[in-house]
Amino acid sequence: MIGDQLRRHPTLGGALDRSKALRFSFDGQRYSGFQGDTLASALLANGVTLLGRSFKYHRPRGVMSIGSEESNALAELRTGARREPNTRMTQIELFQGLEAQSQNRWPSLNLDLLSINGLVAPFLAAGFYYKTFMRPRGFWEKYEYFIRRAAGLGRASGEADPDRYERIHRHCDILVTGAGAAGLAAAKSAMQAGARVAILDEREAPGGWLRFDRNLIEGAPATVWLDETVAALRAADNVTFLTRTTAFGYYDHNLITAVERVQDHRAVPDPHKPRQRIWTFRAKQVILATGAVEQPLAFADNDRPGVMLAGALRGYLNAYGVMAGHKAVIFSNNDHAYRTALDLIDAGGAIEAVVDVRPSPAGDLVRAVRDRGVRVYTDSIVSHAKGGHALQACDVTPRGGGRPETIECDALGMSGGWNPAVHLHSQTGAKLDWRDDPGCFVPATAKWPCVSVGAANGDFQLADCLANGSEAGAQAAKASMGGTTATAVPGVRAFREERPHPIWEVPLGPDRRGKRFVDFQNDVTVEDVELAHREGFVSVEHLKRYTTMGMATDQGKTSNIAGLAIMARLRDKPIPEVGTTTFRPPFTPVSIGAIAGQERGQHFQPLRRTSMDDWHAENGAVFQNVGLWRRPHYYPHAQEDVDDASRREVTATRGAVGVCDVTTLGKIDVQGPDAAEFLNRIYANGFAKLPVGKARYGLMLREDGMVFDDGVTSRLGETRYLMTTTTGNAGPVMAKLEFYLQTVWPELRVRITSVTEQWAGFSVAGPKAREVLQDVIDIDISDGAFPFMAAAECRFAGAPARLFRISFSGERAYEVNVAADHGAEAWALTVAKAQALGGSVYGLESLGTMRIEKGHVAGTEINGQTTADDLGLGGMLSSKKEFIGKAMTGRPAYLAPDRQKLVGLRPVDGATWIKAGAQLIEDGAAAPPVQMLGHVTAVAFSPELNTPIALALLSGGMARAGAALEAAYPLTGESVRVRVVSPHFLDPEGTRMHG
Amino acid sequence: MFIIKCPYCGERDVTEFSYGGDATRAYPQDPAQATPEDWHAYVYERDNPRGWHVEWWQHSQGCRQWLKLRRNTLTHELGRTALPHEPLSPDDDEGSDA
Ligand SMILES: [Zn+2]
Repeated sequence: MIGDQLRRHPTLGGALDRSKALRFSFDGQRYSGFQGDTLASALLANGVTLLGRSFKYHRPRGVMSIGSEESNALAELRTGARREPNTRMTQIELFQGLEAQSQNRWPSLNLDLLSINGLVAPFLAAGFYYKTFMRPRGFWEKYEYFIRRAAGLGRASGEADPDRYERIHRHCDILVTGAGAAGLAAAKSAMQAGARVAILDEREAPGGWLRFDRNLIEGAPATVWLDETVAALRAADNVTFLTRTTAFGYYDHNLITAVERVQDHRAVPDPHKPRQRIWTFRAKQVILATGAVEQPLAFADNDRPGVMLAGALRGYLNAYGVMAGHKAVIFSNNDHAYRTALDLIDAGGAIEAVVDVRPSPAGDLVRAVRDRGVRVYTDSIVSHAKGGHALQACDVTPRGGGRPETIECDALGMSGGWNPAVHLHSQTGAKLDWRDDPGCFVPATAKWPCVSVGAANGDFQLADCLANGSEAGAQAAKASMGGTTATAVPGVRAFREERPHPIWEVPLGPDRRGKRFVDFQNDVTVEDVELAHREGFVSVEHLKRYTTMGMATDQGKTSNIAGLAIMARLRDKPIPEVGTTTFRPPFTPVSIGAIAGQERGQHFQPLRRTSMDDWHAENGAVFQNVGLWRRPHYYPHAQEDVDDASRREVTATRGAVGVCDVTTLGKIDVQGPDAAEFLNRIYANGFAKLPVGKARYGLMLREDGMVFDDGVTSRLGETRYLMTTTTGNAGPVMAKLEFYLQTVWPELRVRITSVTEQWAGFSVAGPKAREVLQDVIDIDISDGAFPFMAAAECRFAGAPARLFRISFSGERAYEVNVAADHGAEAWALTVAKAQALGGSVYGLESLGTMRIEKGHVAGTEINGQTTADDLGLGGMLSSKKEFIGKAMTGRPAYLAPDRQKLVGLRPVDGATWIKAGAQLIEDGAAAPPVQMLGHVTAVAFSPELNTPIALALLSGGMARAGAALEAAYPLTGESVRVRVVSPHFLDPEGTRMHG
Repeated sequence: MFIIKCPYCGERDVTEFSYGGDATRAYPQDPAQATPEDWHAYVYERDNPRGWHVEWWQHSQGCRQWLKLRRNTLTHELGRTALPHEPLSPDDDEGSDA
């Protein structure tokens, strides 16, 4: 029966384009199919029913469903970098040259050695892993490798994804999820009312069950109405119609996310199109028309290939022309499944029996089936499906007990009724109501402006879907834009259907053999649920985690209700009292690539570059990322490493002159009559009396008294200041200043603006710094005219500039700000002059070395846990004014003598590097636990002192000066004997920078 | 993913805003006269209500305005927004819309 599409019906199959034959392969075997097939329908057409192995027991499995709920027929699709595991064959559109592999089998699908698991199945019951491998402690590590190897599903490619993905945002009046009968009717009436409508459907073609069922609308096949409606919607300017698009998440304020599989139906995406696209819809009104999922029945060995949902059986026939069986049995608790019998008979198949759990079904469809001479076993169950790799027969047993009758069959359509696809509704946190007739959960009041219609609302009759959908569309249009239009509802012949009998599991047959699967993807059986109950698990959420029911990638679309029903029986309570589990996004799995969209590689986040960035790159700078900025770390010559380069840069700077790009420092323009008062309240030290033309180092505290940020602020005019912040705090400081101005002191006449990007900045430091600048600056910068802490607006080689005589390195230093457009040329000019004088450029490593030599604090010391006093800056706090954080500075804990405070460290041997992050302890030989006295915050090698040095936060601070401690780094087993010294290693009096 | 109504810019996505904490506490009017208890209450004491709350949000990727927002921490419903000087309490009756 394999190959040549022998199971294909000669005429049926509305989804197919028979003029386009396609070749594909499954597990290396070559087959043919048609354009319009799914991988599942094409394999079924070729008589291939064994499609995979199950997760835990490696049982042979076929296809169970015809949609995204599929839990058996999972495949690895494509090869190489595009290999994708766990794809649902029911959703994979066939394309020319498609290659797919079955999963979870070894060495092959037909001979799976790990199916031995099935023989030791009693040991693999619920909670097995927890109970067996967690004791004795430590054994899990030994077992885990083998268990994971045996239990895995598909394999990821392990290579970079070669395809592109993108994201798109859209606002609309009305979003309709699902383009079946109800969704189309809703979209149509909303469209006619003039609303901006978006309608999505996860399948390649709209229509839902209009394509899988045979129905008449206005006397014609339903597909006529379908085609007309879709054409009208697609032609309308106010409608966005997306197929192959799954709404997978429903978030606050009517935000719906959907993934469009733009090019998944092609072997390789069109180079001008993304593989997938994430849509983010913000809708005024949402209409959920997501349909319903047919539920399986749990009977012995209900997972045999050939057993499928009754609806799927007729769907494959009507849409894809696939006769999945020639001798079929239907097992149902409802009238609806009788459609499958009618469709198969009318297509020339044979129905061996319909088995109905109800004692005396007599609805319209039941009578039609009986009229065709089919034997209907009432008040009976299928107690056992027989066969190995393919279904061969089934046992039919009266419900009251008795001898089973074995019926030969090659297909079995089961139906436990339909359950509304309430996932999106439920994701918002909205509740569900239980409806006794027909026995399903339906959406209760929606949380946001939203309504569920059609089968998603428990209305399964086509006439209701059309009428309710149409009404919902009109109402949503009215709510979102006012006005309304009456919409005509097409006429449909209604069948009288009787109430289903609520049942999801049946007893084992007299042979007491076989497994009754509830969750097919995770191999959870009725017995597992019963075991969990016996062991005391009564909460549904606990049941779920203990048995793993509903936790596979299908999210329990065909298992949650059955699990609840079994738990309800065991606890002797009605189903709604047992509860439901929570549905969370995504509705179906979404690839990481789609979620990342364009934001990958260098597009993951923006890169901020200074005006001088090109120069740095051209001159071999090694960059370091600082937030979004990239800054030169060091500029190596030839074979230099970072230590060599930094030693050279520091020596050149301290010996002659160094130039460093400091553009990234935050710059805030502060203006207004009250600017001085404002700064005086913000900074912990005094700013009220700063004269025009002067700069001052300022310290900002948080409201809790800890140090927040530091920087130099200059008074450029009577009412104008330029504040600088650290690179990392530029944004937070700005937001804080705005907060105080807008909410605490709105009476202050001050305006602030971030000008970080308007000015390129570089520092020129070293004994020859003035020599470098004096010819290019248009003001007198002699020491008398421009002393230490002077600030002025000026021109640098004609360009607007600002000059500050401030020093971070401890040398005579100037900081130049030049209009950003002139940054690159000003920098190049300055560097050339510096190099002519024996100077150098320097990067962050040298900047760090020189600040450590001077004992200046930076981010590793201003860590949110240090006070001004801890950092040796306590003397800066003004006692004459109020400032942010002042009230907290006197808290007893902040004054404790054993607080960790800033100190310097030198290795006792004068040579060994101290590790940043090392813990300071008294005695390296002491057995743990030992008291941690502090830690090393920054390390460097001082060329001038010819020794490694470090800054540290140490309990007691300089009270321990002279003490020898151990700087221990247990992670690598390193430890250095260090001596506590002043953090001001070089020129503590500051004579160099004062000039 | 809320939509927050900025008094200046209108309804904007929450991703344009930054959260700024509890807006039911006020910086002491006269810092010099405030007691340690006042400061303790302002700096450290924060309720974590289940239900309606008033929070600071800054329209940081828009007009940079700090605003008060009434938000239900349980349901994510949003109420009125107000400028800093306008009163807004967690049990505001939503009488007027900013
Ligand atoms: Zn705004």
